[in-house]
Amino acid sequence: MTSLYDEVAPTPAADVPTRRITLNVNGEDRTVDVEPRLLLAHLIRQGLKMTGTHTGCDTTNCGACTILFEGRPIKSCTMLAVQADGHNIETVEGMASASELHPIQEGFKEEHGLHCGFCTPGMMLAAKALLAENPDPTEDEIRWALSGNLCRCTGYQNIVKSVLWAAKKMRAESN
Amino acid sequence: MYPSRFGYEAPKTVEEAIAILDAHGGEAKILAGGQSLVPMMKLRFASPEMLVDLNTIAGLDFHRVDADGSIHIGALCRHEDLEKSEVIKKSQPTIAAAASLVADPIVRARGTFVGSVCHADPQGDWAAALTALGGHIVAQGPKGTRDIAMKDFVIGPFQNTLAFNEIAIEAVIPAPKGIARGGYLKLERRVGDFATASVAVSLDMVGDTVARAGIALAGVGGRTIDATAAASVLNGKKLTAENISLAAAAVAAAAEPRTDHRGSADYKRQIVKTFVERILTGLATPSQKAA
Repeated sequence: MTSLYDEVAPTPAADVPTRRITLNVNGEDRTVDVEPRLLLAHLIRQGLKMTGTHTGCDTTNCGACTILFEGRPIKSCTMLAVQADGHNIETVEGMASASELHPIQEGFKEEHGLHCGFCTPGMMLAAKALLAENPDPTEDEIRWALSGNLCRCTGYQNIVKSVLWAAKKMRAESN
Repeated sequence: MYPSRFGYEAPKTVEEAIAILDAHGGEAKILAGGQSLVPMMKLRFASPEMLVDLNTIAGLDFHRVDADGSIHIGALCRHEDLEKSEVIKKSQPTIAAAASLVADPIVRARGTFVGSVCHADPQGDWAAALTALGGHIVAQGPKGTRDIAMKDFVIGPFQNTLAFNEIAIEAVIPAPKGIARGGYLKLERRVGDFATASVAVSLDMVGDTVARAGIALAGVGGRTIDATAAASVLNGKKLTAENISLAAAAVAAAAEPRTDHRGSADYKRQIVKTFVERILTGLATPSQKAA
């Protein structure tokens, strides 16, 4: 696949203006040259080679490309990479530590919260943003918070159970 | 998908942003939340030669209620800020009711109120809400600021009356005459879909009497429908069942729905009537009056 990123990097044509930006990805500063029209999702996937962030619909509907931007969930296919200059982002790659899964990832494993797995990274990050604000959500609140993320396997029941499982574990850990 | 090439500037002040717009003579676009603009650019429905990003300008993300009761919403106030706002919950029921129905939670974390109003999508929630509220936009240009009433602001589908070198820096909801009451109902096939029909209602109540009724509709016309003239049958009246059904019929008649995959024109008109009745009836209930 010819991606826009491949067209602009590593040696963009001389007549294409690029900008040097520095963003913090999962705790690590990354400096890259990007063309303004490069989407954040493409920078993450092709530029930074972190393919856990998925692009599904590419039209701001499905939420598969959800990442955390300064802690808030955003659809990374609907933001320009240049806009992340000076900001912190978190992708699914930042969730687990070297030895342990994040409780939300564990919840998805325990409760079979994924079928094909395509929507999973976006679901987990949207769930992470929810639990940061509301550590003890009701089932309704979880469904509401995840309503911008589509699962085309329609495995919503187990996704909701996974988040409930994670919330419980995270509450126990923080006590 | 990705947009066609454009230049990008991230100014630090509104004045700087206006100067860039001015220099590009109509070929530049403002980027705020980008939740409509970026998809349109990816689909190549829009291909501005320059994007002026407001996100690097400090001090535009406010919303506040002034001492006189007017509400001010800055250009970078996100949908989510309004959804979670205690002050909105307390003082502006129409906005409070609509805030959680805009798009989906992730879009709400990024998209802006003022951007949505400027986008003037016929199915957009905020243009309808601000129209019902009798609000206005504060536009800043090279020569200073001016107020543009909503009835003069949205003039067609995706068309507003900002000059090419003006920026909508704030939306203003005037202080109510009396107590602000209101509601917002939207029919959508699923979260994040465009509205099949939605109804925004704003009432200024003095005791049991309606001092001012504002109603606007989304999804049922080629642009945001201002049904305030139709709603004026309520002015000076009480919210009796008879008055409510008169208003609902008048507002439904003001809708200009078209038959499409979301439903027939008759169906959408019926939804409008039902929603107007439902909101007004809810506002007439004594238990809700106390809230």
